[in-house]
Amino acid sequence: MSESISSRGGNVTTTGPSRRALLKAGVAAAATAPFLMRLDDAIAQGIAPKRGGTLTSLLTPEPPVLMIGVNAQAPTLTVVSKIFQPLFTYTPTLDFEPVLAKSWTVSDDKKVYTFRLQENVKFHDGQPMTADDVIFSAMKFWMTLSLRARIVFARIEKAEAPDPHTVVFTLKEPFAPFLYGFGGTGFTIVPKHLYDVADMRNNPNNAKPIGTGPFKLAEWQRGSFIRLRRNEDYWKPNQPYLDEIVYRIVPDSQSRAVALQSGQVQLAGGNDIEPFDLPRFQAQPNLSVTLKGWEYYGPLAWIDINKRVKPLDDARVRRAMSMALDRNFILQKLWFNSGKVATGPLCETTKFYDPSIKLPPFDIAAANKLLDDAGHKADGSGVRFTIRHMPLPYGEVWTRLSEYFRASMQKIGINVTMDTTDAGGHTARMAKWDYDTSINYIYQVGDANIGMEQYFTSENIKNVAFNNVGGYNNPRIDEILAKSRFEINPAERQKLLSEFQKIAVDDMPYIYLIQMSFPTYYSKKLNNTITTAMGIADDFDDVFLT
Amino acid sequence: MMQSRLQAMPRLIGWRVIKMAAMVLAIVVVNFLLIHAAPGDPASAIAGQSGQADAEFMRQLREQFGLDKPLPVQLWIYIQKVLTLDLGVSHRLQRPVLTVIFERLPATLLLTGTAFLIALTSGIALGVRAARRPGGVADTIIMGASLFFYATPLFLVGIVLVLVFGVWLNWLPTFGMETVDVPLHGLARVADVARHAVLPVITLAVFYSAVYVRLTRASMVEVSSHPFIKTARAKGATESRITWIHVLRNALLPVITLAGIQAGHLIGGSVLVETVFAWPGIGSLAFEALLARDYDLLLGIFLCTSVVVLIFNLLTDLLYLAFDPRVEAL
Repeated sequence: MSESISSRGGNVTTTGPSRRALLKAGVAAAATAPFLMRLDDAIAQGIAPKRGGTLTSLLTPEPPVLMIGVNAQAPTLTVVSKIFQPLFTYTPTLDFEPVLAKSWTVSDDKKVYTFRLQENVKFHDGQPMTADDVIFSAMKFWMTLSLRARIVFARIEKAEAPDPHTVVFTLKEPFAPFLYGFGGTGFTIVPKHLYDVADMRNNPNNAKPIGTGPFKLAEWQRGSFIRLRRNEDYWKPNQPYLDEIVYRIVPDSQSRAVALQSGQVQLAGGNDIEPFDLPRFQAQPNLSVTLKGWEYYGPLAWIDINKRVKPLDDARVRRAMSMALDRNFILQKLWFNSGKVATGPLCETTKFYDPSIKLPPFDIAAANKLLDDAGHKADGSGVRFTIRHMPLPYGEVWTRLSEYFRASMQKIGINVTMDTTDAGGHTARMAKWDYDTSINYIYQVGDANIGMEQYFTSENIKNVAFNNVGGYNNPRIDEILAKSRFEINPAERQKLLSEFQKIAVDDMPYIYLIQMSFPTYYSKKLNNTITTAMGIADDFDDVFLT
Repeated sequence: MMQSRLQAMPRLIGWRVIKMAAMVLAIVVVNFLLIHAAPGDPASAIAGQSGQADAEFMRQLREQFGLDKPLPVQLWIYIQKVLTLDLGVSHRLQRPVLTVIFERLPATLLLTGTAFLIALTSGIALGVRAARRPGGVADTIIMGASLFFYATPLFLVGIVLVLVFGVWLNWLPTFGMETVDVPLHGLARVADVARHAVLPVITLAVFYSAVYVRLTRASMVEVSSHPFIKTARAKGATESRITWIHVLRNALLPVITLAGIQAGHLIGGSVLVETVFAWPGIGSLAFEALLARDYDLLLGIFLCTSVVVLIFNLLTDLLYLAFDPRVEAL
């Protein structure tokens, strides 16, 4: 059985009948293609890349530390992704694009992954990057610091370096989503000689990050700005094109909007600009706005339900609540069309998404009938029951969503009382199961078995946030997700994950709302801004100003 | 009598300092308990920020921050550290709290100190001018303007200034403390920082200035009606001598009281303005520390703020002593 994983930057091959030929082609293509393909984007628009210039960007909120692994907040990743690089990254369709790995092969039994590394890569301190650094990064650095990486790297039985530019990972058993657990910012390579210490979180070297990336940290005036400077010894010749990237910290959202509007900054993304400012900037002639660049993270907003609370333990009640919500209204009026309505537990960009599965349509009358049939009759004042709702304390738009939720529930006789808390309190109370309903958004990271599993399986019913805190327990789901982890036949895996999506809609343990996307705003003078599924958390070695 | 008052000063100050130390200790304990009473801890804030957590990870974090110990033990450890002037380490920034605070302090002091001096001098000068002829044209204009600025929320003044001078006229930068695209040095840098400071300083100054104007004027008018002013006038003192020496000196006590209170807020009182103008000071730091449940940093900022308040209280009382011979004890 052979499967060719196509990538925008050339073919990355898996073994099969013509293993050698494919491998050769893969190496050749991968060695040159990333530059060429990226340049094609610009050339297609009739622009030749230009050296020089400073890109000024917004960044919100300020990262606490600028070290990969130690902090996983989006603003931190936006900056450190210019300093540290992964083996490969993802294209907008979640195929692979080589970065520090030139190419790789996968054995037929899907247990042996062999990576060939770029040969002329140096860290910012002049030391060469070798297979030892890659193995250290995977088996020690990321295993210690990242839960998501731990899910994947824990499957590795042994990691070997037959030569300084080859890494072989042998798995205990085939693990289908292996290549989605790392790549992008989730598995970047750090130098072993600087980060191999007992207490990685408090390593003094974290203050001056040393990676292989196109930019180095030059200056960080806390509360004010971060300055990255061009790496003159970067391993791709003549790249990067920019001399400097400056990130400005502006805490107030209106001040940020003014900075973007007046041209004081050329790039904004993530949470920099409030959703309600989107239409205004879309109309501005010197700016481009794109929703691309969130395909890997795949943020999905949903209503989290504590299934221990009666009558929320009844799937019919949860379905009725879902039917009473007009997702198009939420998308248009609250998110100003930055995203898509959800159709189930997976985003369209996530692997094995099944387009044939649909949510029950928005229908207040049917929702009322469903509740009547389930035996939840309204009292004299039209109230069936009352629930406590804890809004997500991450900004204005989430508060509005909770208000819309309350108004919609009123229409089907469910009384919602608001139970407001701040960010630290929200996580703590979710972990204590101290809520009836709340709102959250979760990152799918490309594959259901990596980003979503912990919210659905019964073994993850824990007093720890970002797990199955609502207590959803369905043995069939447990069985499917346990099998799909190891199912290496894509057709079989699709069958399993389609069934998962169907049950996850029928049972409605969460009320799926919006496939989110945080718009990126950039000056028309900026080129190649968003080219991968990582969005602004890409290394920017091909970004240039004209 | 003056002599004995001055001789008694060191003893009085010493006594006050002991009382202040006790107060600081009480503040530390109350702050500590209040912060720990809020739901959530640094570990859950970290989990919330990164969107991932497992039990082992949370346990490791809590152990690392010393949160696995009973609360009284944590409090005792913290007090011991504070007594040796060790304010701990910010878990989020991974740097010593004192370093972080001193790094941000100059920016805040530059902003609030300048605004304070401008507000005080302009407020007193305009108040004196307005009091010269109550009901006159100057008085009406000054009092009208001060009422307007007193009633307008700070952040609104800031946003309007940004729109007018930053966006429409494009005269001044709207955020930050200096230009970073092109690094500047020496006088050019001073001028650059000054340009950036104009809007936030004005925003902060107009509000307090308005308060000083009203207070100075009211106090001046009141003192002017006292018999000793008539006496001074009868002695043949010039109008300006009467205004500045006889009336103002007596009218200043309430102004000093208010200035003392405001000076106590030099560190913590500019959160809004710092936020609107992206000024890299203590205010924004405190806000982030609160959201991240950064216990040590937050307690450190609270401690510094309360110490400054207490110091300015002491200074205010000493100023009373200098201005008003009737005040004898501290």
